[in-house]
Amino acid sequence: MSEQPNEREIDRSKMEVTDEIAIHISDMNKWFGNFHVLRDINLEVKRGERIVVCGPSGSGKSTLIRCINRLEEHQKGNITVDGTELTTDLKNIDKIRSEVGMVFQHFNLFPHLTTLENCTLAPIWVRETPQKEAEEIAMEMLKKVKIPEQAHKYPGQLSGGQQQRVAIARSLCMRPRIMLFDEPTSALDPEMIKEVLDTMIELAEEGMTMICVTHEMGFARQVANRVIFMDEGQIVEQNEPVEFFNNPKSDRTKLFLSQILGH
Amino acid sequence: MSKLAYVREKEIPQSAPPITEVGIIKWLRENLFSSWLNSILTVLSLYFIFILLKDFIPWAYGAHWTTGSIRECYDVNPDVACFSVLTARWKQLLFGFYPPEEYWRPTLTFFLLILSIIPILFTRFVRFFWFSLLYPGLAIWLLWGGSIWSVAIIYFGLGLGFLSFLIMDSRLIRSASISLLAACLITVLFFMFLASFSAEMLSSLIPIYLPYVESLKFGGFTLSLIVGVTGIVASFPLGIVLALGRQSDLPLVKMICVGFIEFIRGVPLITLLFVASVLLNYFLPPGSNFDIVLRVIIMVTLFSAAYMAEVIRGGLAGLPVGQHEASAALGLTYWQSQRLIIMPQALKISIPGIVNTFIGLFKDTTLVSIISLMDPVGLASLIRADTKWNGIYWELYIAVGLMFFIFCFGMSQYSQYLERKLKTDN
Ligand SMILES: Nc1ncnc2c1ncn2[C@@H]1O[C@H](COP(=O)(O)OP(=O)(O)OP(=O)(O)O)[C@@H](O)[C@H]1O
Ligand SMILES: [Mg+2]
Repeated sequence: MSEQPNEREIDRSKMEVTDEIAIHISDMNKWFGNFHVLRDINLEVKRGERIVVCGPSGSGKSTLIRCINRLEEHQKGNITVDGTELTTDLKNIDKIRSEVGMVFQHFNLFPHLTTLENCTLAPIWVRETPQKEAEEIAMEMLKKVKIPEQAHKYPGQLSGGQQQRVAIARSLCMRPRIMLFDEPTSALDPEMIKEVLDTMIELAEEGMTMICVTHEMGFARQVANRVIFMDEGQIVEQNEPVEFFNNPKSDRTKLFLSQILGH
Repeated sequence: MSKLAYVREKEIPQSAPPITEVGIIKWLRENLFSSWLNSILTVLSLYFIFILLKDFIPWAYGAHWTTGSIRECYDVNPDVACFSVLTARWKQLLFGFYPPEEYWRPTLTFFLLILSIIPILFTRFVRFFWFSLLYPGLAIWLLWGGSIWSVAIIYFGLGLGFLSFLIMDSRLIRSASISLLAACLITVLFFMFLASFSAEMLSSLIPIYLPYVESLKFGGFTLSLIVGVTGIVASFPLGIVLALGRQSDLPLVKMICVGFIEFIRGVPLITLLFVASVLLNYFLPPGSNFDIVLRVIIMVTLFSAAYMAEVIRGGLAGLPVGQHEASAALGLTYWQSQRLIIMPQALKISIPGIVNTFIGLFKDTTLVSIISLMDPVGLASLIRADTKWNGIYWELYIAVGLMFFIFCFGMSQYSQYLERKLKTDN
């Protein structure tokens, strides 16, 4: 909930937004039974964008990004990811899921597998990568998130921050073109938040297309090129971070920002 | 300088703990006499054990082992055990009415059984798993006899189906469900048209025979093991399938699984065994010879599969939904995620319940004595009906109980070993 002080300068050389459309969502609606969680969502994400989604609890942030890789099914409207439309066609769903990485609030590592096995599982079974090659990729990714020395430990033996970094590495091993983050730091103790945010910042610097549901406004200021505010299942306001924080337009955004930033 | 400040200047060296804190005395104090209540309970328990052993030890220690009948035992000393009945009849307790000159066959089958489960129980020996796969056919041939080719041809047919599935799935069709259907079709066609013919031909070309032994001759501990082990091996996968079916999104699949599980759980095993022994004959075409041991195995398997399914369902329910989501988000298919992520964890959680069901199944095999199959309990009644041993109780049942105890205790110990081994968090 706080602004993380970050001493490091962000390297913006590769952080560029292209014209290519990565995700296209138009008039998307979703209900849980009778409850209308997402209402007329329209969103276009370009390749290279770093989007932060925020909003009060229960506003539908998680549901929105979970629709993008079909962990939830939308009932109206279209979602197109990398040119593939999400329909009931299982082939399309599998294709999109292997292109889109997701990081969860509670890590969801596989506790019966070692860190390395967590990372090699999907490449081996989904991409049919030979085991040795998959292990090389996994070690590369574990180096990137700075825990190669934990490769042979089980998730239960790692700290929360380490687990979340393994979860990020596990996603990266599939070489995704888009990464979704659902409150990746909210289950972490304060001293571990920074190590996870640093990893995410590095990803952004490499030009990864990212959608992050997070309340880390420091992170939003530093790397996001767009902040989206949701309330009651609708996108209420979106803007570039400086404008969004300094000059919010809607009252709901102002209220939310005053609560979360504590002034 | 304030009075609160303090700096240690001399290290205190390590010293031995006081005598009351080490060894046997400490253990006794902590575990048996830690409080008044505890001490009283300890003394009471010791007294209880003493009463139990006071009569048992002399009874068992001075036992007769070689007399010819219970009369002779009583004539010499009626106050000690008459284990002569075991000396006279132990072969029957182990093998039932199996022809004595063929005893080597069930014996060999038993030792091969031990060899064949080692690769399954201990991952170190997993490279010998092929033997575990080969074993069922070998055991059937050894126990029942006949031509080796009729068993070999079954393996050949199944292998053919499996190979054709692999080839079609990876090379030709690349759709698992269609390949599976086609492979099943090939297998069925093979068994319908080619199997018996080629088995006969091979038998006449290279005759390898063992004398045929009919199922009604089976008995004793051999029978318990055949029914128990087959039931365990078959009910485990069936239980997994039922548990998955019960959670399925397909309403028909779900309904069938729930109906089956609830029906089986609602009916006593004895009823099912009666159905197997008596009622099935009405439904089968007259003259058809549906092996009684096989019928019993099927009933016992169905029975414990229903319980197994519920145990595994408990394990499935214990998994956080995030595990399903994470594997889906990585692009794993339903079956991949079941096999690689969900089942390994669900089964691990359910180990105590699964082994419980196995042990229950194994002991329930004694119920076959009700439908006059001669398992050890049935044999015990039979032996007691013999005038020579009429009146003997404890000696026989202690022996039977001990045999079952060894196996059940073994299973329970293994399950604890497995739980320790699979523990990945600390
Ligand atoms: N599976 C479900 N079935 C029914 N209702 C659900 C389900 N999942 C979420 N909801 C409801 O939908 C609404 C939006 O949920 P969602 O998880 O998307 O909110 P969120 O913005 O992520 O909130 P938070 O910040 O607490 O994570 C909530 O009111 C929630 O109760
Ligand atoms: Mg959420």
